[in-house]
Amino acid sequence: MKSSGAIVLSVIVVAGCRLAADPPPGSAPGSDAGERSITAVSYGGSYARACVKGYHESFTEETGVRVDLADFQGGLAQVRAQVEAGVVHWDVVDLSVAETVNGCDEGVLELIDPSILPAGPGGELPEDDFLPEMNTECGVGNLLFSSIFAYNREILTGPPPTRLADFFDLERFPGRRGMRRSPEANLEMALMADGVPKERVYDVLSTPEGLERVFRKLDTIKDRVVWWDTSAQAPQLLADGEVLMTTAANGRIFNAQVLEGQPFVIVWDGQVLNRGQLAIVAGTPRLEDALRFVEHAARSESMAGVGRYIAYSPARYSAEKLIDRHFETGTEMWPHMPTNPANMKNYLMTDWQWWADHGDEMLERFTAWLAR
Amino acid sequence: MGPRLRAAGLALPLVAFVSVTFLGPMVNLLTKSFYDPEVADALPETMSALRDWDGQGTPSDEAFAATAREFVAAREERTLGRTANRVNRVVSGMRSTIMGDSREMAEAAAVAEDAGVEMGGAFWRETMIGIDARWGGPEPWRALRAAGQRLTARHYLKALDFERAPDGGYQRAPEAWRIYVPLFWRTFLVSLGVTLLCLVIGYPVAHMIANSPPKRANVLLLLVLLPFWTSLLVRTTSWIVLLQNQGIVNDFLVAIGLIGDDGRIAMIYNMTGTFVAMTHVLLPFLVLPLYSVMRAIPPAYMNAAVSLGATPFQALRRVYWPQTLPGVGAGCLLTFILAIGYYITPALVGGQSGQLISNMIAYHVQTSLNWGLAAALAALLLGGVTLLYVVYDRLVGIDRIGLG
Repeated sequence: MKSSGAIVLSVIVVAGCRLAADPPPGSAPGSDAGERSITAVSYGGSYARACVKGYHESFTEETGVRVDLADFQGGLAQVRAQVEAGVVHWDVVDLSVAETVNGCDEGVLELIDPSILPAGPGGELPEDDFLPEMNTECGVGNLLFSSIFAYNREILTGPPPTRLADFFDLERFPGRRGMRRSPEANLEMALMADGVPKERVYDVLSTPEGLERVFRKLDTIKDRVVWWDTSAQAPQLLADGEVLMTTAANGRIFNAQVLEGQPFVIVWDGQVLNRGQLAIVAGTPRLEDALRFVEHAARSESMAGVGRYIAYSPARYSAEKLIDRHFETGTEMWPHMPTNPANMKNYLMTDWQWWADHGDEMLERFTAWLAR
Repeated sequence: MGPRLRAAGLALPLVAFVSVTFLGPMVNLLTKSFYDPEVADALPETMSALRDWDGQGTPSDEAFAATAREFVAAREERTLGRTANRVNRVVSGMRSTIMGDSREMAEAAAVAEDAGVEMGGAFWRETMIGIDARWGGPEPWRALRAAGQRLTARHYLKALDFERAPDGGYQRAPEAWRIYVPLFWRTFLVSLGVTLLCLVIGYPVAHMIANSPPKRANVLLLLVLLPFWTSLLVRTTSWIVLLQNQGIVNDFLVAIGLIGDDGRIAMIYNMTGTFVAMTHVLLPFLVLPLYSVMRAIPPAYMNAAVSLGATPFQALRRVYWPQTLPGVGAGCLLTFILAIGYYITPALVGGQSGQLISNMIAYHVQTSLNWGLAAALAALLLGGVTLLYVVYDRLVGIDRIGLG
């Protein structure tokens, strides 16, 4: 019968689709042997574009080393896997400080000598010019990003939410919520919305009762939450009207507002700031170029380059002065920056040491909570 | 060389291919579900010092000294983080204990060395308990010892929502941590539901195709196969477009006034989404075997039954249905087994309530890198499917499966 052939064929086709959907990580298409290249890994979408425009292009121009892009969704999993397998495709990775510190402890990231950090454009010394706690043994600070929540003015037409607690208020704001499928920032936000003063958030989180309290708070909205995994999904959910409000990385909402003209509004109350760093995967055969790349990215001009495309605050004071308007649309950048004093009336700075120590446990607990 | 041997020789490339790409990795992974030497290799002195400990109170001074020495050395070499991760999987919370305390232990060691103090067992007992009182109790030591066992059942215990009791026996995990057994049940029920849904929808379709004139049958068959040839991802994301809140189906229902604009139905990112998308994706796997079996049933049987006085329903139930059973069996088994391993579709459209056990396996393979637990979950799933197959064989007989 023909049909049994069809079944076999279809099974092969389906199996093929699955394989095709999962390309080997870091395989650089069309890389030829003569050309030098490194692979820089970040969160894709509008942020990756800002990095390319902001400093990848100038790095290639200066050194002749091509920069290949790879996307990931944060976390050390792939870095650990590559180092353990002894096959390092990735060279430079965008991570949060807590992740870099953990990766450093585990030996999956290279130590970076702080003497490679360049001086500012006016000769500012790096140790004075970087914002506090931006650099660690294995990580060089590049920016500050923020977890905020936002809504779509076209869909939420009533009185607008203004406080973090409104995100958890299903009575006044009935509708679905978008949240990142990760404990980071979500736990802090839930506690602050539950009335814990921001100075006490990590103390409360360190106790079993505090953890109970967080998950009880999250329980109140759990069945109304749409969980997203990639940063680009958050503005998408909002644009589609799939959720009434969503947490997001502030730059993604900025991008939708300014480049796509979406009627989104960011609520800065209770924003959770975090430090972003660049780190180098241990054992990369392209260490020398990776170090040059990190040095290039640590220049004030490079940070300002990113800051002129997406609303993430630079890690150096001297870079702040170089940022004025969006490179393409001419939008004033500072009103959108998370470290603008107007946006910092009530904010929390992520405690990276706490997350470095407790991140794995929180992820485990959060995953167990989600699965129930 | 005999013809049989030559024939076997022709199959050799396939055997080699399957061994290298399938059997080898599978055995390798399944081994990880009960063999885990990492902590034992990383802390050999600690493990040998803990071997004679009875599990009550605190272990010997030598154990304190060995642990401190190995923690401080591993910290220096930047390998302790990895070991701490492994121990944390056995007892949650151990990572922060080990990483935080070892930082202070390294400082204490440096101070003691400068002062010329001898760092023996008594010194470390006092120092470690001084840094963190928990080292004065049995819990962290039990965690270390458990993590240091090379041959272990802990991944299977965890996969079945059990844990080690303090007295060494087994007990069910606390309510908040019981996730895998409910997920196994959910996966089983969803797969069963999807299979039945496919059968209900697919049976009439297969019947229609099998009894159409060849030309029309070919067109209809093509309609079944066309989505089959489309990428799984494309089909799944198409359902997002259709079913989402502001999607086509909801827009249509609002437009005809069946529901209000604020009463849009949540059809995706939940169990409904998983059911709809999985049924759609798996439907051809049921239609095709059914069709091929139905093609082989001569229409004369049904005509004969009706001419002998059976009502159409009786004829269908007593004459036609039994003859299609091999196809039903093959299709259902195929659909069910495929459904039980599904994870891309639930991941995309299932939201949180629509996640299945495979999503958890994928999570442990890709994100938490707890391959031991992933392997244990996979082994249980494999065992379950094999068991079903055996039951099916006993009840129906596997030789009755027909693919036409």
